[in-house]
Amino acid sequence: MNGLQLVFLLAALVSLFSAVMVVSARRMMHAALWLVLTLMGVAVIFVTLQSSFFAVVQVLVYVGAIAILIIFSVMLTRRVMEDQGDQVLPGWRAAALVAVLLFAVIVGFLALWQGFSAMLVELPSDADNLLELGKALVSPQGYVLPFELASVLLVAALIGAITIAVDLKEDQRG
Amino acid sequence: MDFLRDPIGFVIQWYVGWLGELGLPSSWVDVMAKLTGALVLATGAMLFVVFLIWYERKLIGRIQDRFGPNRVGPWGLLQPVADMLKIFTKEYITPIGADKITYNLAPILAVAAVLLLWSVLPLSVTVVGSDLNVGLLFLIAIGGLGEMSYILAGWGSNNKYALLGAFRLVAQLISYEVPLVLSALIPVMLAGTLSVTGIVQAQQGVWFIVAAPAAALIFFIASIAEIGRSPFDLIEAESELVAGYNIEYSGLKFGMFFVAEFLHAFTVSLIFATVFLGGWQGPGAEEIPVLGFVYLMVKTFVVYFVTVLFRGTLPRFRIDQMMNLNWKVLTPLSLALIIAMAIVGGVTRELPVFWQVIGFLLVNLLLLWAADHLMRLAQRRKTKINLAMQTGSGVLTTSTKHGTGE
Repeated sequence: MNGLQLVFLLAALVSLFSAVMVVSARRMMHAALWLVLTLMGVAVIFVTLQSSFFAVVQVLVYVGAIAILIIFSVMLTRRVMEDQGDQVLPGWRAAALVAVLLFAVIVGFLALWQGFSAMLVELPSDADNLLELGKALVSPQGYVLPFELASVLLVAALIGAITIAVDLKEDQRG
Repeated sequence: MDFLRDPIGFVIQWYVGWLGELGLPSSWVDVMAKLTGALVLATGAMLFVVFLIWYERKLIGRIQDRFGPNRVGPWGLLQPVADMLKIFTKEYITPIGADKITYNLAPILAVAAVLLLWSVLPLSVTVVGSDLNVGLLFLIAIGGLGEMSYILAGWGSNNKYALLGAFRLVAQLISYEVPLVLSALIPVMLAGTLSVTGIVQAQQGVWFIVAAPAAALIFFIASIAEIGRSPFDLIEAESELVAGYNIEYSGLKFGMFFVAEFLHAFTVSLIFATVFLGGWQGPGAEEIPVLGFVYLMVKTFVVYFVTVLFRGTLPRFRIDQMMNLNWKVLTPLSLALIIAMAIVGGVTRELPVFWQVIGFLLVNLLLLWAADHLMRLAQRRKTKINLAMQTGSGVLTTSTKHGTGE
């Protein structure tokens, strides 16, 4: 076992453990903090895949967004944010069955994928995968259509949020 | 390699060679060298704060027509050391109902988030922690970790003023991250790379502050907001919030926040000097790397001097003024700047560098002028409406709606 595998295993274990803690923590604040740790673990896995861009964006987007999420969870919930009740739903057996079935289907499909047996290609040291990613996002042969569609969707969400937030009456009064 | 020309690089090479002679495998040598480098850099940066505190107190003292610290040591140089010794001996107080883990994690994370910034900044030609190909993005992502630490501190303290302060701080940081990122895109466009080393190398001929003064201005203002210094220091408005997110901390834990704040202020100046003032670039810096380090420090201290000057002279913003400046001025201006710079860059692609820079400079100045003009127009309209309301209605309003009077 080399160092890279060790790092991968540690990161995977930390992410999985904290993912379990996200759904089992009693305090909402703690759940959000465990979520940060989970996403950090995913960022480390991106690093081991030599994809520094995704690792950094993972931290940038998710940790920054989770700070906002925590603020909202504090502001919109009960003061202590601590649930004393039962953590298990009445219909948990049916839910567990659906979850296991879904998991089995995903694993089944993934087992059919050829990518697992393919050998990793070592990147040449001077190759800039960031440059390639940028080109792929805007080239007509690449992903320009999904990229633009996602942009339009985000702009629509932005405008929608502003429309809801703006107070017209207040504005007209000046 | 000559010791005098590049002492730091010389020591690094000697150390790596010495590790190799010990008979360790090469991968271990690499890990050991990186670990030692990180330790030395982090410790050096932390110790540097002692000097920064003295410098800032002295400067603020001069601004306010005082002497500043002048009792301990020559020119009061040892005053921060005495303060530190005092803070070491203070009692740790953990408030009742505090969330122990988050309460204790917050100061560590605050300092770590600042120290991590140093890992990608090139200090001279030969000395750079790690030349990430996404260096600039890394710098911004680490800022998010800093936000987390403030939230942890505010929430873990079990104090409503701390929580309110943390909310306000994070609202400010997240808002000002938008123009910060957008204006940081301009050097990336000019250099054609996200790597900080690459951005420094691209400023061989022209510093980016000359090609894009508007971007530099936005970046500088957003940076000051990110470190929460005056005029953006309403996160620790004593009259409203007592002291903000760190109210419940005492002793060394408070000291950690203090260190993080001072080091962050200096680090932000360092980033500005690196991204817009050419980093270590200067006459002879390629041949004599230690000269590059001196250049970088001089540039950084010039920028730091300006931030301290701001701190000593400007009054505090009100929160709606702060948000107005961000969302109504800086963000649209930086968006317009990106579009304009991209168009000018595309049009002048064939021209020599000199004319390109002239084009960039012109479009920057034009946008700055337009922004200033629009702000003045909006101001005049507001004043007019306000006057009409006062004279026309004849009713003394006690409206709490801000933004109309100023």
